[in-house]
Parts: sequence; C-alpha cells; structure tokens
Amino acid sequence: MEGITISKEIDARGSFCPGPLMELIRTVKVAEIGDVIAVISSDEGSKKDIPAWVAKAHHEFIGTEPAEGGTRFVVRKAR
Amino acid sequence: VDESQEKFSVVLFSGTIDKLTAAATLITGAAVMGKKVTLFLTYWGLIAFRKDDWKTNRRFSKDFEDYAGPAMELMQAKHVPSWMDTLTQAIEIGDVTVKVCGQTMDLFDIKLEDLEPFVSEVTGVATFVEDAEGGTTLFI
Repeated sequence: MEGITISKEIDARGSFCPGPLMELIRTVKVAEIGDVIAVISSDEGSKKDIPAWVAKAHHEFIGTEPAEGGTRFVVRKAR
Repeated sequence: VDESQEKFSVVLFSGTIDKLTAAATLITGAAVMGKKVTLFLTYWGLIAFRKDDWKTNRRFSKDFEDYAGPAMELMQAKHVPSWMDTLTQAIEIGDVTVKVCGQTMDLFDIKLEDLEPFVSEVTGVATFVEDAEGGTTLFI
C-alpha cells in the first residue's frame, strides 16, 4: 500500500457479516470522489464480499493486507 | 423503474429469530448488490413485524430448540446485531420494498398502522407472484 494515503480507516473487527461491508458502504457514501477508505475486518466472508461489492458499485479495489486480528481492505471511491 | 434490475424476492413465513436473522442477512446482501428486493410477509413472518414485537421476540425454530439458549447467548456475547437492525440498514441502503399479505392481516385483525413503519403496502399473493416474476424467490 506504498504511496497510498488513506482518508479514513474503519475498524470493523468483531463485527459480523455483513457488518464490515455495511460500514464500508456507509463510509463510501459520504466520502468525496477519489477518497481512499480502509476497513479492517475479522469476518472471513469479507474477503469475497468486499471486492464483490466494490466491483458491483463501480469503485476501485486497491487491495488487501494482513492486519492485527483481521484483514485491511483498501478501496477508492470512484464515482 | 429500471426493468433491467434483477429481482430478489423473499416470502417470509417464519417468525422465529433464527430464520428472521437469516432472512435479514440475505436481504441485506441482495440490497447491497443492487437487486430490487421485495419482502412479502405472511403468517408468522407478518406477526413478527408488528410494531416493536422484535424487541421481545425470543421464539426459535422448534427443530433446533436445544440450540436456542446457547445461540441467543452467543449472539449477545458476540454483539450480533438484531435482525431488525440488519433489515433496517438494508432498507436504508438498498431498494427494498416490504409488503404484507392481506389474508393474514384479515385473519389476525392486523392493520397496516399496527406494523413497523417501513411496511408499505397490503397486497395479495397474485400481486406478489407478478412482482417476483423473472427473478429469484425464496420461501423462508
């Protein structure tokens, strides 16, 4: 994730499916176009669900990285 | 109306919280993936949507009733949101319409104003079938 500035990070560890995705959607909704949003999730389902939603909603999926107690998903609001 | 939008319809017959939780989660998934969701409430599914009933509903599927106590405790300990919170979020974020079965309303003398405020319309089964045509339909 070098060279990427995260505008907002959500800690959704411990939140159940579809909680982390819902928190991401809420945050993306109110963000500015171009903002980079990260969400940390401990829910295994997020690994498939978050990229699936990002593609469907036509945002940009930047990537994932391991985080303490979960995975960090990084997304750019594209529209 | 966007005719190309895929439909995802749920007939909610059950009013036990395990099934309500599963239904609310599925509906949320469909809503966030941009489906046009119709939730049709009938019988015990309708009873569970009487105003504030969800706050006191502790009913659980009979076939797994030995799990009811532990499941409820785990849901609380792990802060699983109530099915009503999950569903309300889906309604806020996506295209979700909640309709109710007129026959059940008549049978139990329930009026639209007795139900949660997001229930928008009393309808019949034929209308539901028409609404759901060409999409995915689940009976829960």
